Amino acid sequence: MKASRSSLYAVVFLIALLVTVPTLFLIPMSLSSGTTFQFPPPGWSGRWYKNLVEEPEWRAAAVTSLKVAAMVTPLALVIGTCAAFGLLRLGRRLRTAGLTTLISPLVVPHILLALAIYGTFLKLDLSGTLQGLVLGQTALAVPFVLIPVLTRLQGYDKSMTSAALSLGAPPFTAFRTVTLPLILPGIVAGGVFAFVASFDELVIALLLQGPGATTLPVQMFNSVTEEANPTISAASTILVVVVSLVILLVQLGWIRTDQKAGIHGQ
Amino acid sequence: MGNESRTGHIEIRKLRKRYGPHDEPAVDDIDLTIESGEFITLLGPSGSGKTTTLNMIAGFVQPTSGTIRLNDRDLAEVPTHKRNFGMVFQNYALFPHMTVFDNVAYPLRQRRLPREKMRTLVGDILALFGLGGMESRKPDQLSGGQQQRVALARAVVFSPAVLLLDEPLGALDRKLRQSLQAEVKRLHRDLGLTFVFVTHDQDEAMFLSDTIAVFNKGRVERVGTPGELYDDPGTLFVAGFLGEANVFAGSLVDPTTYLWMDRKWRVAGPERAGDTVLVVRPEKVRVFDLESVPEGWNSTPAVVTDRSHLGAVCKVDMTFPDGSTGSATMPTDAAVTVRPGESVLAAWEPGAQAFVLPEQA
Repeated sequence: MKASRSSLYAVVFLIALLVTVPTLFLIPMSLSSGTTFQFPPPGWSGRWYKNLVEEPEWRAAAVTSLKVAAMVTPLALVIGTCAAFGLLRLGRRLRTAGLTTLISPLVVPHILLALAIYGTFLKLDLSGTLQGLVLGQTALAVPFVLIPVLTRLQGYDKSMTSAALSLGAPPFTAFRTVTLPLILPGIVAGGVFAFVASFDELVIALLLQGPGATTLPVQMFNSVTEEANPTISAASTILVVVVSLVILLVQLGWIRTDQKAGIHGQ
Repeated sequence: MGNESRTGHIEIRKLRKRYGPHDEPAVDDIDLTIESGEFITLLGPSGSGKTTTLNMIAGFVQPTSGTIRLNDRDLAEVPTHKRNFGMVFQNYALFPHMTVFDNVAYPLRQRRLPREKMRTLVGDILALFGLGGMESRKPDQLSGGQQQRVALARAVVFSPAVLLLDEPLGALDRKLRQSLQAEVKRLHRDLGLTFVFVTHDQDEAMFLSDTIAVFNKGRVERVGTPGELYDDPGTLFVAGFLGEANVFAGSLVDPTTYLWMDRKWRVAGPERAGDTVLVVRPEKVRVFDLESVPEGWNSTPAVVTDRSHLGAVCKVDMTFPDGSTGSATMPTDAAVTVRPGESVLAAWEPGAQAFVLPEQA
């Protein structure tokens, strides 16, 4: 029993290493003083970060990425959460059909989706625009909200709502004070996933790119194909740090609200 | 809290609920009057319509037809949150993200009570339920019995017109269940509030209720006090559901003689036309050696199949000549001589038997 447990820890630890170590190599490389992806770096410097901030296309790309993700996240949250509530009210067959449709972006190859979106948006004059990017990536992000919210809702005991109503709460108050707080972890998780899904999305962003609508991953891709220098490592590091920070902050916030709720009422 | 003038009187007329157009009605034209301050239990097996009826009273389920009136006011257009009914759920339905205090204060917040008054009310009710000092705990830090008390406190703290209880003790173990039954009974007495209690447990219903309404297949089969229903069950279903019964389906040959197999029994004759089945409660049946039955008792031969000691009483299982089974419960010392396999006479005084309506097809 004990041995199997420690071997389990070992396997988990190895997998965690396998997943994170390549990413961690990025950080020293982004601080390299050399002009190639040499490892270990010949010396240290912040020039690639300086490059990132000073070169207008890199800076613009980072801002675009943040802007797009900041718009995709609330859109996907509203659509995904409403869809989860709606799906639960449907009969079994319709629910399965609806769910399959809504989460299809997870299984359909992104290049196919991107081509379809590209073709459609060309006709609608949305190609190369920020709005186009937001709409396209929202379609991808919806399943990331829908799945955790739906899971949370399926575990939600409907007698909680009945109880709130019987205690005198009008339906919306019952939702706000009981249902919403109880499914909030699902919504927050969905929001984080949606943000991340948009922030590092490449395929759709690549096809829909245009002046003022080039995201950080697209800029990185373009620069790799032209001239490869450690600016990409710096950009990647930023990407990793932003994504990790978002997830970390949410988890920290979670612990804090739990503690606060525990103290409240004394 | 016990405001007599506001305590609910409920009139249910021709209430019906059909979930789908092709389904059998879940509740089929029931009429029921719930008196002000009464403890009524809706008793029945699962699927008998008792919970659907409770949910219609609470406003969670819309009736297909029929009316529910509270103190002469039709509730059809009144949404749940305006009905002012307290409700206790089977799984407690405490809000897990709120403390005990916030759970119990929830109905008072909806009624916009001043802060100080709210604090006093919640404090008082928690003390009443023996929950003082637990204000800041979360529901998952409480035992099952404490959770149930919080649920009860939350449901009565706002002085509702009626308290609805949906199998509230079903999830508890037997011992805790019994102590909470006593508590519910005391609560009813102290508050003077109308209680509508749903359960499938006949003992619980007998113990708690002023009135029991027995549900079967979407209908109210019979309404009465526990004593009335036990002594004169009225239908075969009630006789079998409320306690045990020895059932003899024979026929009345004349107003004072009942014929079952080849046995002729003395009867007073059924009070209701159509009641043709004779039932006798096990504790009214005694077992005798052949030949020694007291004068005037009705009897039938029987073969003893089992004898079990239940503590204060002993239960003797028997098979009757028509192949049906039955039982007698008697003081332990009266049963010591009975052995499985033995042929005996099962007998009872004619006054102990009752007539019921046969089961409808």
